Amino acid sequence: MSSAIQTSTRRDVLGTSALRPDGAAKVQGRFEFSSDLHAENMLWGATLRSPHPYARIINIDLSAAYKITGVEAIITADDVPGKKTYGLISSDQPVFAQDFVRYVGEPIAAVAADHPETCRRALAAIKVEYEVLTPLTDAELAIQPTTPPIHPDGNVIRRQQIITGDQNLQGEIVVEGTYEIGMQDQAFLGLEAALAIPDSGGKGIEMFVATQWLHEDQKQIAACLDLPNEKVRLTLGGVGGAFGAREDISLQVHCALLALRTSRPIKMQYSREESFYGHVHRHPAKIFIRHHATRTGEIQRIEAKLVFDGGAYASTSSAVLINGVTHIQGPYRCLNATVDGYAVRTNNPPCGAMRGFGVVQACYAHESQMDKLAVACGLSPVEIRLRNAMVTGDKLITGQVVESVAPVARCIRETDAIALPAPLTKTAHPLELVGGSGLTSLPQNIVRGVGWGVSIKNLMYSETFDDFATARCQLKDGVATLKYATVEVGQGFVVLAPQIARSVLGVDEVVLDTVDTGIGSAGSTSASRQTWMSGGAVDGACRLVRQRLFEHVGKKYNIDPLRLVIEDTDIVDMIGDFRISVVEASTGVLIDETFEHHHRPTEELDEKGQGNCHVAFAFVAHRAVVDVDVELGLVKVIQIATAQDVGRVLNPIAALGQIEGGIAQGLGLAVMEEIVLDKGKMRNPSFTDYLLPTALDAPSVVAVMIEEPEPQAPLGAKGIGEPPCISVTPAIAAAIRNATGKELPRVPVRPQDICF
Amino acid sequence: MSVLVPRTLQDALQATAANPSAQLIQGGTDLMVEINFNHRKPTDVIALRRVDELKSIQIDTEKSQITIGAGLPYQQMEHGEIARRLPALAQAARTVGSPQIRSAGSIGGNLGTCSPAGDALPVLSALDATVNLQSADASRSVSVHDFMVGVKRNARLPGEIIVSTTLPIVSGWQGYAKVGVRNAMVISVASCCLVVDRINGTIAVALGAVGPTIIRCRETESWLASQVDLKTKTTISPNLLQEFGTRIANESKPIDDHRSTAAYRRHAVCVLARRLLTRANSQ
Repeated sequence: MSSAIQTSTRRDVLGTSALRPDGAAKVQGRFEFSSDLHAENMLWGATLRSPHPYARIINIDLSAAYKITGVEAIITADDVPGKKTYGLISSDQPVFAQDFVRYVGEPIAAVAADHPETCRRALAAIKVEYEVLTPLTDAELAIQPTTPPIHPDGNVIRRQQIITGDQNLQGEIVVEGTYEIGMQDQAFLGLEAALAIPDSGGKGIEMFVATQWLHEDQKQIAACLDLPNEKVRLTLGGVGGAFGAREDISLQVHCALLALRTSRPIKMQYSREESFYGHVHRHPAKIFIRHHATRTGEIQRIEAKLVFDGGAYASTSSAVLINGVTHIQGPYRCLNATVDGYAVRTNNPPCGAMRGFGVVQACYAHESQMDKLAVACGLSPVEIRLRNAMVTGDKLITGQVVESVAPVARCIRETDAIALPAPLTKTAHPLELVGGSGLTSLPQNIVRGVGWGVSIKNLMYSETFDDFATARCQLKDGVATLKYATVEVGQGFVVLAPQIARSVLGVDEVVLDTVDTGIGSAGSTSASRQTWMSGGAVDGACRLVRQRLFEHVGKKYNIDPLRLVIEDTDIVDMIGDFRISVVEASTGVLIDETFEHHHRPTEELDEKGQGNCHVAFAFVAHRAVVDVDVELGLVKVIQIATAQDVGRVLNPIAALGQIEGGIAQGLGLAVMEEIVLDKGKMRNPSFTDYLLPTALDAPSVVAVMIEEPEPQAPLGAKGIGEPPCISVTPAIAAAIRNATGKELPRVPVRPQDICF
Repeated sequence: MSVLVPRTLQDALQATAANPSAQLIQGGTDLMVEINFNHRKPTDVIALRRVDELKSIQIDTEKSQITIGAGLPYQQMEHGEIARRLPALAQAARTVGSPQIRSAGSIGGNLGTCSPAGDALPVLSALDATVNLQSADASRSVSVHDFMVGVKRNARLPGEIIVSTTLPIVSGWQGYAKVGVRNAMVISVASCCLVVDRINGTIAVALGAVGPTIIRCRETESWLASQVDLKTKTTISPNLLQEFGTRIANESKPIDDHRSTAAYRRHAVCVLARRLLTRANSQ
């Protein structure tokens, strides 16, 4: 099951719109996703889940299920040989619920059987006796000390304040608001799936799995199986999107346990509905902010309280909270702050990583405030933002100095310079109007609004985390082979890595080795970090190889290696006539180098929220033009103009893909995507009712990429995955406010929020 | 599970006669979802999709009516003869799901499932369509109003197959509008079909997704006919238009669910009905 990829042999170097080597296969349906995995003699695994948001488990009776022909194994918490819990930051989530279930969908048991239908019958035959308890579903109630804890670790996962500057300053202008963000789902298309193949003798296991971070999975799985890490070997299965939802373990441990128990390969895959229960979501949040400003609109002080609902288990809630509180000032100067943030446990579905990671919530609140401030000061949305735009060298409310390139004002100005779309005409095609195919609205029913959003987003992991990346490069006979554990979830490292190798080494042919745990960690494909981190590792490994190649050529042809450079596919002497092709120079030699890229160290926040906790920042501006049928409350986003601080464009078409995709996801949160909960139960765990934007909902995107290379970044390029989806949400909400005059303190904005 | 795939209507009728409780499947856009969710576990299935006789279109100009085979996919109603003579049906057909679903879904399926959110059903109701049913030894025609009995319940008898619907070609404006939370491929939050019969001077308004089944607003229809002459295009005064919408909303019986609220649905059908009436008199 090797997945070595032969990439294009054209001169697809950095800066070109090289095409993905997996693109055609994905479009044509030939790409092997993890749900397509298969092994001889394999069994199917399935999971029994809690129907209650909160209950005590009194008894689990497996006897009837065991009697079903074809059932090979049933496992519960008692069958977990190692650690009974797992988790990304704190290990608080049971592999299987033992005494309590704390959310609807919590795993209780898993079965292995000869067919998915046998599995389904076995699950139905397991009798679980519950004492149903009253669920805690209100995050603010969870903070109250009088509320009984739903977990031994308590209800508050983390509280973090930021106290800096003058705590009593009152501005000439004061604006405030309370903003709410609903629970968004990552809604990737490729469902959770894995194949586990036990080693003969049962002392180890090989897994093929769709994940975001192979080594973190390996560590957590091994601990639960009570095996050494090296006995749990992971290979990346084809991933169909992730957006944060694959950072946490889902079916990995269950699948491995069943394989070890039955000594047979186990295949597990979730259905769409189960996927909604099986992964974490974006934190719903409630954020109060008060801005103090001068009469001319300069922000002087922020007061804020943020409450993030983490659901039943911690996942990455503490880190999400830190992103929320440290980004609450937005990309604006501010010296004085009084911020209080909580991430809490409730009996709602667990929440964790999703594209934007805590900043999405903060940005919706601060950008809504900027528009209020603009009105209070008599300034335009653009002017208020320009007046406060931060620059490199500014100090954040955490005390950290922004050392990153910070072209905030340029992002705003270049977005503002993008032409507005043509006004709506009476002869517009009906499908282009609000309501789309529903034919609800005619031009006379439609009001057009314009709104702004600007954001700051940290890149890489924060608070002392050393999320390094490893890469290996081998050069032989003109062919470079790259090995790394960097997960491709669709972001495009699969095209970027060979571009780097071609640029650095002057090779044409680049082979990508299997992505597995047979090399050091690459860190997670998240936090907009892989171009920077794994890109830095591939670049570093290729540079080491190039150095060795120059030494080899220098020795052979008696030239000082320092005089040698790569020019297209040749090695040339900078100050002489010598020239040799890389293919010829590398024929018969094998050069093999491995490189680890580490970002600079960061610090934890102290109790006053002070510390250099983030590595670097990226910025972006969005301007939304939205048509609104005010009377029916229906919307259609017409255009998103954006200028994004990307550092350096390494692949224009891939970068644009990230920008357009992120905008669609931010649009979803603005106007339609929400997991609707009723006392902890999901009402819409399907794509019939969890609505994602369609082609008729996606706006025209006009994007400008601002290239001011980032000195810290190995390739000068900043991460670009998250910023597109962050400030587009408040920009769309602002445009709807502009069209309707409504306050709209909550996203997604629903039709009834507009028309009543 | 047994699946029979008859190629002719005759074979299909014999199959249903032999096994009257067998589950019929047409495009499968409802049933397959239910099976996948384990909400339904049929033991015997008769698939009608290969029966070409169920995909016919018969235009009877003498009687001014069109008979549409129960299995004709929606995609074929979006353009052409049906769209020309029954524009409201073409508009409703376009709102159904995605191109893939419109290539599978049919009026027969909408009638068989009989969900109040079935996109074609308000059009059938507003046009007083007839549902034509056949069994191995009999055939009958039932008014669509009598056919739709309740939420996902209809008057089809075991052994019967919905073979077609007959819809009148009405001289006058007709239109359909549907509210969903996104601009395509969405289940109806509320929908409305309005048909004006200029010859007889009558109007018909039917609402979807705001009651246990499709709602025909007969009181409002006769009220409006008493207020204005519907035989010609007229300007409806703002007050009258407002009252028309309010009366329509009062005839709806919506509920709160995860897709929307009762209050919004009531408001939406009020607005849709007003807008369709305005379009009827301006287009």
